[in-house]
Amino acid sequence: MSAPLLQLDGVHTHIGAYHILHGVDLQVARGELTVLLGRNGAGKTTTLRTIMGLWPASSGAIRFDGGEIGALSTPEIAHRGIAYVPENMGIFGDLTVRENMLLAARGAKRVEDIDAARLDWVFGLFPALKRFWQHPAGLLSGGQKQMLAVARAIIEPRQLLLIDEPSKGLAPAIIQNMIAAFRELKQTDTTILLVEQNFNFARQLGDKVAVMDGGRIVHAGAMADLAGDEGLQQRLLGLSLAAHQ
Amino acid sequence: MNAATTSTPALDALPTVRPDRIPLLLLPVLALAAIPLVGSFSTWVTLTFAGLAMGMIIFIIASGLTLVFGLMDVLNFGHGVFITLGAFLATSVLGRMAGWTESESLARNLLAVLPAMAAAMLVAGGVGLAFERLIIRPVYGQPLKQIMITMGGMIVGVELIKVIWGAQAIPLPLPVAFRGSLLFGEAAVEKYRLVSVVVGLAVFAAMFWVLSRTKLGLLIRAGVQDREMVESLGYRIGRLFIGVFVAGSALAGLGGVMWGLYQQTVTPEMGGQINVLLFIVIIIGGMGSVGGCFIGSLLVGLVANYAGFLAPKVALFSNILLMVIVLMWRPEGLYPVGKR
Repeated sequence: MSAPLLQLDGVHTHIGAYHILHGVDLQVARGELTVLLGRNGAGKTTTLRTIMGLWPASSGAIRFDGGEIGALSTPEIAHRGIAYVPENMGIFGDLTVRENMLLAARGAKRVEDIDAARLDWVFGLFPALKRFWQHPAGLLSGGQKQMLAVARAIIEPRQLLLIDEPSKGLAPAIIQNMIAAFRELKQTDTTILLVEQNFNFARQLGDKVAVMDGGRIVHAGAMADLAGDEGLQQRLLGLSLAAHQ
Repeated sequence: MNAATTSTPALDALPTVRPDRIPLLLLPVLALAAIPLVGSFSTWVTLTFAGLAMGMIIFIIASGLTLVFGLMDVLNFGHGVFITLGAFLATSVLGRMAGWTESESLARNLLAVLPAMAAAMLVAGGVGLAFERLIIRPVYGQPLKQIMITMGGMIVGVELIKVIWGAQAIPLPLPVAFRGSLLFGEAAVEKYRLVSVVVGLAVFAAMFWVLSRTKLGLLIRAGVQDREMVESLGYRIGRLFIGVFVAGSALAGLGGVMWGLYQQTVTPEMGGQINVLLFIVIIIGGMGSVGGCFIGSLLVGLVANYAGFLAPKVALFSNILLMVIVLMWRPEGLYPVGKR
């Protein structure tokens, strides 16, 4: 078995006086989609932000692709090949869709410098972005903004995508679009760590699952095992899949 | 294969893009409304050019300040020191080139003024770099401390300027070619005011080009909205901020030279006096918005000149009144930045 692309060992994070992560141990395998589940306040978003260097870990180790990244700045972590889609999507509303994409393509000074084949592939995943290319991103609907946020993360090849609650607040039809897009993304062997609260969304995509509670990982394993065990769902998440269908 | 081609109503619906032009209309509306109040058309032309010239100089000085606030939420109450520094440097450079500024030749005048502007921008930019590193950097994210320490920095800076140039006002006469007026019918427009308008427009055009046509500008605009996301995309916002701070300080130095020539006198207190106008302008424009800063500057310039002519007592607080009216209409300024 190959080494995980991302590994967290005993990660603690404090935000001001608050101790949020209490020794998180997490592994994300290469080429797989790992879902991080948990109730509100369990520490899922903090885990992503800690990996990204936005809230630096106070102790513990974060290894990515064989190197320690816990002490690096956020831009340095991004340059190692990690893309981040925050819960609020981080869209630059006053910029156009085109300008948002150009910013995400670090290697491009102009839109013409972006890999045309990759841009076409992104447009294939999210056709709305092509249609509204010159529109201010702030005018897009919630679903379109989420598509733009994901599109920005994949406009250039990245080793790992950190995506925080992509289904949050979206209409069911848009969620189905997102699921289809993530499935196609998985076929490119992109490694993804996805934070979700929508278990039905998560189980359709996840290869692996980790469940957080109280700032710790309380369960880790195959998504199929959790999806097939209502008792485990009840114990870990306080729900059963049947209730979400 | 297209994975997400299913058409949904949410994907198809998008509001039509309608640029907000109402604040732009304020300028012609204000100017036209002043015609009957002023009475004489030629006087109105003179006042309008004076207002535009004053507004352009204020814009040159304030543009960097609004971007600095937009990028890092830094309230720099010490911005005025760069204005004073630029103006005093101009007295030294132009004083040594008196033979050139007193020449009738426009070329010789320009060859004196341009190095003075360049020196002011260079030194103000350099001092700005030190100011950011030593004074502002330790208080990132602490607004109250920023206000105190930047005001303190300005006081120290002004005292240092007094040590070098003295506490007295120093005359800064206009070069010969910039003196006098041009006549448009019966309206007299001072040549230097035209020069100020041209320089201000050139700075605005350059800034507009950088912000709208280059990736650097894109980064600045994005950073003003959500600096954390810009960092997550892999860009070092700290370096960008330093660059903007230095450029803003340099522009304040340039503005100091222009304001000094406008007043034809330079005093150590001039930066502090203009500071008040700067904050009015960036609040009116929408903090962090260069376009709003441009319109706000012109509004402030026009109102100050019209009020100064029509009701000199009102002129003392006309700009505060303008700010109150604008904020009652648009509480976040004319062009609020879509900040997270």
